[in-house]
Amino acid sequence: MRAADALCEALKAEGVKHVFGIPGGASLPLYDAIYDADFEHVQVRHEQAAGHAAEGYAKASGRVGVAFATSGPGATNLITAIADAHMDSVPTVFITGQVRTDLIGTDGFQEADVTGITMPIVKHSFLVTDPAQIPDYIHKAFHIAKTGRPGPVLVDIPQDLSRMEIDYEPITGAPKLPGYQPNTEGNIKQIRIAAKAMANAKRPVLYAGGGVINADASEELRELAASDRFPVTCTLMGLGGFPAPHEQWLGMLGMHGTRSANYAMDEADLIVAIGARFDDRITGKLSEFAPRAKFVHIDIDPAEISKNVPAHIPIVGDVKKVLPKLTGEYRALAADTSRLDEWWRRIEGWREQYPLHYEETTDQEIKPQLMVEEMYRATNGDAIITSDVGQHQMWAAQYYHFAKPNRWLNSGGLGTMGFGLPAAIGAKVAMPDEQVVCLAGDGSLIMVCQEFATAAAHDLDIKVFLMNNGHFGMVRQWQELFWEERYQSVVMGPSPDWVKLAEAFGWTGILCDRKDDLAGSMKTALETDGPVLLDVRVTQNENCYPMIPAGAAARDMVG
Amino acid sequence: MADSGTKDILDLDDLRAEGGLTGRRHLLSLLVENRPGVLARIAGLFSRRGFNIDTLAVGPTEDPDISRVTLTVDGAVHPIDQVTKQLHKLVNVIKIRDMDPDTAVAREMALFRINAAADNRAEIIEFTQIFRAHIVDVSRRSITVEVTGTTEKIDSFERMVRPHGLIEMARTGEVAIVRARPES
Repeated sequence: MRAADALCEALKAEGVKHVFGIPGGASLPLYDAIYDADFEHVQVRHEQAAGHAAEGYAKASGRVGVAFATSGPGATNLITAIADAHMDSVPTVFITGQVRTDLIGTDGFQEADVTGITMPIVKHSFLVTDPAQIPDYIHKAFHIAKTGRPGPVLVDIPQDLSRMEIDYEPITGAPKLPGYQPNTEGNIKQIRIAAKAMANAKRPVLYAGGGVINADASEELRELAASDRFPVTCTLMGLGGFPAPHEQWLGMLGMHGTRSANYAMDEADLIVAIGARFDDRITGKLSEFAPRAKFVHIDIDPAEISKNVPAHIPIVGDVKKVLPKLTGEYRALAADTSRLDEWWRRIEGWREQYPLHYEETTDQEIKPQLMVEEMYRATNGDAIITSDVGQHQMWAAQYYHFAKPNRWLNSGGLGTMGFGLPAAIGAKVAMPDEQVVCLAGDGSLIMVCQEFATAAAHDLDIKVFLMNNGHFGMVRQWQELFWEERYQSVVMGPSPDWVKLAEAFGWTGILCDRKDDLAGSMKTALETDGPVLLDVRVTQNENCYPMIPAGAAARDMVG
Repeated sequence: MADSGTKDILDLDDLRAEGGLTGRRHLLSLLVENRPGVLARIAGLFSRRGFNIDTLAVGPTEDPDISRVTLTVDGAVHPIDQVTKQLHKLVNVIKIRDMDPDTAVAREMALFRINAAADNRAEIIEFTQIFRAHIVDVSRRSITVEVTGTTEKIDSFERMVRPHGLIEMARTGEVAIVRARPES
């Protein structure tokens, strides 16, 4: 069998139903094989979008996302998406064509050392040197991408090798990887010590991150929280891992988190970190982060434990396996729940004093926060929401109260503008029966607006709700607050006529610039078949609050 | 503390955080898959995480599919825990051993080309004998000496000959192996 056909067979054996990509010279043999393949190829308009679509596919479904690109510029266009998947631990496999083996190292046409370039941003990579390796490498790539701490794996295939004949035999079972054996169980002695620490804590907080989503452990997190009245906060990546409409929910923590969550972290005596990595957007000034707390840190990646914040009780394991054991051990202690009364009184005080708030307008001006609240109502809080990066992303995190996991797809670690639209395309391909809405920023959307064509061509029923404030809003906010209002390069105008632009691509375009029309236009957009862009003109100079200024401590929140 | 459900007290104040700096030099012995790019992955990891490699030696092992990488890292500057955990994340790294100086044998080899005019030639030959080193090349103006031993031994040989005019020096970096247990 031709090696390229064996590649497709190997992908089929891994259960691949969809891939995203763009063909090119070095991947011609691969695309010739895709012609006969059993999976669907979604042709995007820029390779970066192929990568983000694969991420959206993976984040919405939990399955491995796959993206194809050709050598050289095709592969380098994938870089942002690979880095994004690496930072947010997204299970993805990237397959790139490479120039012929006799051209490698000669600066051949469309040659780039993509395995070299991507080394710092992949979980692992394979450069095929013998076509017979392809089935084995694909099997290993999928295994590495989805097990342990998930992440991107790259397979680079030289053009001449993919045309050669090989004997294909499907590979199943655990691949032979002596240097890769993730520890998933969690040390039971450590878990017992953690349970005892929790039983002795008077001001505990459960701090959950994206690991809870990746591990499909939101049920297990809820069980642990319910074993006592433990207050719960989630990171941006963990939203939906614990239901937001819940009495033990403190809201998101971190730079634009709630005061309840950040003050609770600041005063806690025990913080149980669950699949979270103490990112600088969470800790603020590290030396003043949670100064009174001891830390239990549960993570599948041992290198995350004590990387930024030294752990007192480290537990390496899959949170889906560790949390039930911890819950069991904790329940067995039958701790006195009344010890938390005082802590809850303190938290209730913050909740009453510092709810999320914004100033409503009395005229027809639309506040961006209102737009998110209206979007929450219009979708019954149950859509898959993708977002770009910036103010709108933070407002979505604050005001769209995610109740379920895998509903909130955004770029957290890398903070990639332009993530939202291609991620929505990927999510819709993975979950065709779900409502998929991209909350876009106008600064972000224009970076990927060529992907309107992809959605139209594949007749994908996605909705883009554009929060149009005419600015790179978050940068404008920082220039206002920290750079003496010296506004440089943050105004988007003259912006395109978004309605016409959408229509030019075959979408339905709707404009909304009056508060009274907001609910109605959202309803119309959601009820209209096919892709729809809703251009919502919001307040231009609104700032996103509350906020921990960069390098400040949680208790110094402003706004 | 081992049984579940027991009510023994655990005072949060008694908990101590793990990790931190050890304050000494660490000799890490890595078994890695013998394939292209592995050294680049290790070197890249060190540079992007801001870790500094003091010495590095790479060579084959008794198994042709496996190479040994021996490197030294300053534990006074870098948290060794974090260094080894990051190295473990590399799929091609099979095993890492933080060699305990008491239970490992470590050796390094060095070549010194030293200024050797008529008036100091005898002294250099004398040092060579004291250090059980070998003269491997001689010219009218210089002597080249091969020294093998612990890092400290090579350091002191360097101190002895430097005043005579050290023209060139090449050191391999340490390699190490665990001592066999004494037969009981």
